[in-house]
Amino acid sequence: MKGDTNEQTLLKGLANNDSKAIETIYKDNFNMVQNFILNNSGSYDEARDIFQEAMIALYEKAQLSSFTLTCQIKTYIFSICKRLWLKRLQQLGRYTSPVDGFEETVSIEEDFEEHEKRNAEFAIMDRALNSLGEPCKSLLEGYYLKKMDMIALAAEFGYTNADNAKNQKYKCLMRLKKLFFSQYNIGE
Amino acid sequence: MDDILLLDAIERYLNGEMGTEEQEHFNQLRKNTPEIDQMVVEHNMFLHQMDLYASHRNIKYSLHDIHANLLNRGDLNEGGAISSKGKIIQFWNKYKRVTAIAASVGGVIALFISGLTVYFSSAVTDPKLEQLGKDLEAVKKNQQYQGTIINEVKTKIPLNARLLSGGSGFLIDTKGYIVTNAHVLKGTGAVVVNSKGQEFNADIVHIDLQKDLAILKIKDIDFTPVKTIPYTIQKSNSDLGEEIFTLGYPRNDIVYGMGYLSAKTGFNGDSLSYQIQISANPGNSGGPVFNKNGDIIGVLSTRQAQADGVSFAVKSRNIYTIIGDLNKSDTSLQPIKLPTKSALKGMERKAQIHKVEDCVYYVKAYGR
Repeated sequence: MKGDTNEQTLLKGLANNDSKAIETIYKDNFNMVQNFILNNSGSYDEARDIFQEAMIALYEKAQLSSFTLTCQIKTYIFSICKRLWLKRLQQLGRYTSPVDGFEETVSIEEDFEEHEKRNAEFAIMDRALNSLGEPCKSLLEGYYLKKMDMIALAAEFGYTNADNAKNQKYKCLMRLKKLFFSQYNIGE
Repeated sequence: MDDILLLDAIERYLNGEMGTEEQEHFNQLRKNTPEIDQMVVEHNMFLHQMDLYASHRNIKYSLHDIHANLLNRGDLNEGGAISSKGKIIQFWNKYKRVTAIAASVGGVIALFISGLTVYFSSAVTDPKLEQLGKDLEAVKKNQQYQGTIINEVKTKIPLNARLLSGGSGFLIDTKGYIVTNAHVLKGTGAVVVNSKGQEFNADIVHIDLQKDLAILKIKDIDFTPVKTIPYTIQKSNSDLGEEIFTLGYPRNDIVYGMGYLSAKTGFNGDSLSYQIQISANPGNSGGPVFNKNGDIIGVLSTRQAQADGVSFAVKSRNIYTIIGDLNKSDTSLQPIKLPTKSALKGMERKAQIHKVEDCVYYVKAYGR
C-alpha cells in the first residue's frame, strides 16, 4: 500500500519543517495514540511524550534521501508508539500483558533501532554542550545551531571585534569536540 | 593562531564558501598533507552531527508549541484544566468578593429551586410507570431495623432532618463522585452507604431532571479515595439481547439481579433510555446496569407498573453529556475524570461482583 499523494505532501512538509503540515499530522493522529496509552495504564503526559517521540522518528525518516513510506502515516506512527510504549513499560517494570489494540501495525524494528542510535548521539551532544559552561555554550549554539554570523555574535556577546569572538569560538569548539568525541567513540 | 586560520579555512571549504582557485589550492593541500585531510573529514562529521542535533532540537520545540496550540484551540483534550495554578490563585484573589456574592445568591436560588423540586416536580408523571426510588416509610423502617442491629454505626443524617427517599448509586471518579437518578434525591442533602454499611456525607453537585440523572460528591473525612474503578462507562449504544446485570439496594444489603436488554428505547419510545428485562424493586433506582464485560451501559431508573420485569435504564452516554456540561459550566469543581480502564473483561460473574460492589452505594436523601 503506497501512501496517497496527500500523505506524500504532508511528509514532504514535515521534512521541510513546515508547521502547517506538522500540525495536520499532529491533529490527525494524536488522539489515537493518546487513547492507546491511556488504555494501557499510561498518563496524559506519557501519551504526549511518546507521541512526540514518534513524530521525531517520522521526521528523521522523512528527511532521508532514500525515504519511502510503505504504509499510511497513521499506521507508521501507531507502530512506533506501540514499540516505544512497550519499551517504556518494560523499563518501569510495569510490563504486565501484551498491550491490546486492534489497530494495524507494520514492522518498524530497523527504523526504531536507527532512531534509538540517533537519540543516543543527541544525548552525547547535549551532555557535551551543557558541560561546557557559559559563554562557550551560547557562543557555539549561536554560530553552529542558530547559524548567526561572527559579527552579530561579537556584538551580542560584547566582544570588541569579530576576530576576538572567533578566537574564543575556536577555543570553545576544541573543548566541545574533545568532549563529544571522547564519548562518541565509546558509544560506537 | 595558525590553527584558528586552518579551522576557518576548513569550515569555509566545507560550506563551499571558497573561490575556485582557493578551493583547488586547498584540495592540493589535502592531498599532500594527510593530517589536514584527516582534520577535514573529522570536522565534516562533527558539523553534520551538529546540524542533525540542531534540527532535532528545532522539531522538538515546534512539536511542543503545536501541542500547546492545539490544546488551547480545544483540538486536543487532556482531560484537565490547562491553566497554571498561579493564574487561578490570582484570579481567585481578584474575584473573591464577586464570587462570594454570586455564591450566596446561587445558594439562595438553589435552595429555592430544590424546595420547588421537592414540592412540584416528578420526572415520572405517567401512572403506568413507577420510579424505583424508595418512599419514606420503607426507608424509615429499614433504618430502624438497621439501628437495632448495629448500634455502633451512627447515622450521619442531621438530627433535625428526616429521610425522604432512597436509592442506589455508583462511583464514576476515584475522588468520590457518584451517579444516581435525579428522582432519588428528593431533598436537600444525602448520605451514601457502601456495601460494608459505612456511611458518608455527600453533596448534591448536579441534578438533571430531564435526563433523570444526578451527581453526588462524597465529602467526608472518613472517605478514602478509591485507587481505581474497575469498570468503564460505555459511550456507544448497546445491542438487543445483550446480557446485563445490576447491583443495588432495594434492601439494606446489596442485591444482585440479571437480565437482558429488550429494546433500544425506553417507555413510550424515549430515546434517552433502554428497556431491560430485569427484576427491579424500589431502591434499585440509580443503580448501575452492566453488560457481561462489566462495562456500565445504563442507570436503572423506572419500571412499568402493570408488567412484570419490564424496567428502564437511562443510557450511559447521558453520563458523558452531563459530565461534559458540568466540567464546562462549573469551574470551581475539580474536573471529573470518568474511568477509562476496565478490569472485568472475561472474568467470572462472582469475581466481577466482588470487584464492583465496593463502588456501588446506597443513597439516602434527607430534607426537612
